[in-house]
Amino acid sequence: MSTSTDHGRPDPEGTPSAQSRDVRPLSDRSDTVCVIGAGASGLTAIKNLREHGFGVDCYERETGVGGAWNWRHDRSPVYASTHLISSKPFTQFPDFPMPDSWPDYPHHSQLLSYFERYADHFDLRSHIWFGTEVVRVEPAEGDRWDVTTRSTGGYGPERTSRYAAVVIANGHNWSPKLPRYEGLEQFRGEIMHASSYKDPAQLRGKRVLVVGAGNTGCDIAVEAAQQASRCWHSTRRGYWYAPKYVLGRPADQVNDSLLALRVPLRVRQWLYHWTLRLTVGDLTRFGLPKPDHRVYETHPIANSQLVYYVGHGGIGPVPDVARFHPYAVELADGREIDPELVIFATGYLPRFEFLDASVFGDSAGTGRPTLWLNAFTPGHPTLAVAGLVQPDSGLFALSHWQTVLFARLLRARRDRPERAAAFAQRVRDRAGERYSGQVKDSSRHWFEVGHADYLRAVQRALHDLEGK
Amino acid sequence: MRGREWSRPVRPARREVVSAVPELEQGRPPLLFVPGFGHGAWAFAEHWLGHSASRGFPAYAMSLRGHGGSEPAPEATLRAYTHDVAQVAAGLPRQAVLVGHGAGALVVAHALARYPARGAVLVAPVFGGWKVFGAALRRNPAGTLPAVFGGPLRLSRGQLFSRELPDEEARRYVGRLGRAGRRAQWSLLGEPAAEPAVGSPPVLVLGSPDDRVVPASTLTRVARRYGSAPLLFPGMGHDMMLDVRWAEPIDAILDWLEKEPVAR
Repeated sequence: MSTSTDHGRPDPEGTPSAQSRDVRPLSDRSDTVCVIGAGASGLTAIKNLREHGFGVDCYERETGVGGAWNWRHDRSPVYASTHLISSKPFTQFPDFPMPDSWPDYPHHSQLLSYFERYADHFDLRSHIWFGTEVVRVEPAEGDRWDVTTRSTGGYGPERTSRYAAVVIANGHNWSPKLPRYEGLEQFRGEIMHASSYKDPAQLRGKRVLVVGAGNTGCDIAVEAAQQASRCWHSTRRGYWYAPKYVLGRPADQVNDSLLALRVPLRVRQWLYHWTLRLTVGDLTRFGLPKPDHRVYETHPIANSQLVYYVGHGGIGPVPDVARFHPYAVELADGREIDPELVIFATGYLPRFEFLDASVFGDSAGTGRPTLWLNAFTPGHPTLAVAGLVQPDSGLFALSHWQTVLFARLLRARRDRPERAAAFAQRVRDRAGERYSGQVKDSSRHWFEVGHADYLRAVQRALHDLEGK
Repeated sequence: MRGREWSRPVRPARREVVSAVPELEQGRPPLLFVPGFGHGAWAFAEHWLGHSASRGFPAYAMSLRGHGGSEPAPEATLRAYTHDVAQVAAGLPRQAVLVGHGAGALVVAHALARYPARGAVLVAPVFGGWKVFGAALRRNPAGTLPAVFGGPLRLSRGQLFSRELPDEEARRYVGRLGRAGRRAQWSLLGEPAAEPAVGSPPVLVLGSPDDRVVPASTLTRVARRYGSAPLLFPGMGHDMMLDVRWAEPIDAILDWLEKEPVAR
């Protein structure tokens, strides 16, 4: 299949073939697709769109690929000791395996080198405009999009280009979600969000309170147990802390053996509880609260060391924070503790500041788009979001199949419009569908998906689109 | 969904990879040669690697696990071999063209569903099935029959080379042959269907009408599967990369690559 446009930098002067809404000149990029972000999801979007014959312009605000996994990026949440929490087969792109010589759970620097190699191997860099941020994305006539860009940091003039389609892959783990507490402003100790935590030296010798029991919160608590003079770990509820290894194998691989056999959720929950009883034991014995939910009802936490350090007294589990005093923190059970440093590992919220929220069906402005397959938005058949999922596995395989589906949809719009129309109808009918069992209703679980259920849904969508 | 890939990933193994790269980088895609069962990277190192490099193509040849200088793996399966190819291909600096010979062509066909190759060449492809088995049984019953019961598959000089190849050389090559895992050998009895290739790469099939392992009708059938006709080299034996006229098929492959958009 031939590419209908040359790839190359959008002509800065442009041959203004049209005008944008506010009568600015714009360069027409014809059938080229715009990809926003060159992180994992953006890279796989470029590769798969190219593979399906489309020209691609990707805009990346930083100067390198890797997105969240590039620790040099100011929006990167990774810290020195970040390791994957899903094992290799769950993390890698399905068509570009991680090397056999790597460990089951690679380090974040290995992951960055993986993305750099992916970009070089498939010659993706020539399609990426680094140091360029997207300011606005606006719908234009004929299901096309006007994308306005400028140099990162607001330097230089803005430039608008018109694209046939847009893939938003700007990530959802970079805009910190900070909780509000009474008295927080008066607190005299140091406060930071986990996104600013980079190195264990920041904890050394301090009395540290870690708030939040996500995977990041647990990892930081474990580091604080080794570095800080004292560590408290505050969690709102009890969680199931799954070890990274079960029966000598990565726990996610063991779990997927059951999924492959299509063992019902109830039976898997029972087996999971039984395995945890054998490996981790009764958590309340350690002073940790009893979970108020069954496993698979919150995002899984894979951490073999948390319980170990609680058992060694390195981590003191405490309940939710009630309020802050200038030199102390009051807990929900009335106790007071005196941390010098409080780290909020309270997660992130998605942000699409370049797009009118109503495009995503989010007229209330909550920040939560209404999408089908977490990727497709009703009424806008040429817009897709890649990577807006919080799976119980690695994310990249899901982004890969999302972008394959989008590339095939764009192809179908040209070759088999009736199938593309049927797809658009499905997007309208089924936007907001969930792909996980019952999960706790919190922003942390907005995009929660069970990877097996989700991939089966994408597979069905691909088959429907191609009439298989 | 690839549940098995996730729940039971292939166990890692050390692999031999030999290479010959051109002195000047000419922007050509790397070639990865995958030998058939019993053969190792040495089979390509003999002539084809150097010749490809001399024409500007970075050339790599690998030994599947249990073959050549790779780690022994008596229980290896076709899936493990496929994994080996995808691993080596993904480890190359740029998107590669996969060239599989004999049963290595079957491994390449499976690897194409796991790695988006720039293109693929299937040389004298052994895709299994009863027809190939019957031909082998007729020509070399003593070497073929033990394989049915888990023993080694021993290919004879007459099956592999034309008569033009000097006897001493032929004996030397036959002496270097090893054996594939018995489970992988058994998979050839059936005809394991590969998933569709990722990214629809162009595929070239070539072979010889005088091949004593792959019947000409099989060549046509495999080529038709990929929407083409086989390129034939009469008078050559099954091991085209070692036979006397080894330069003809590799030149044809490189010519094809230069003409196809894959080389650009």
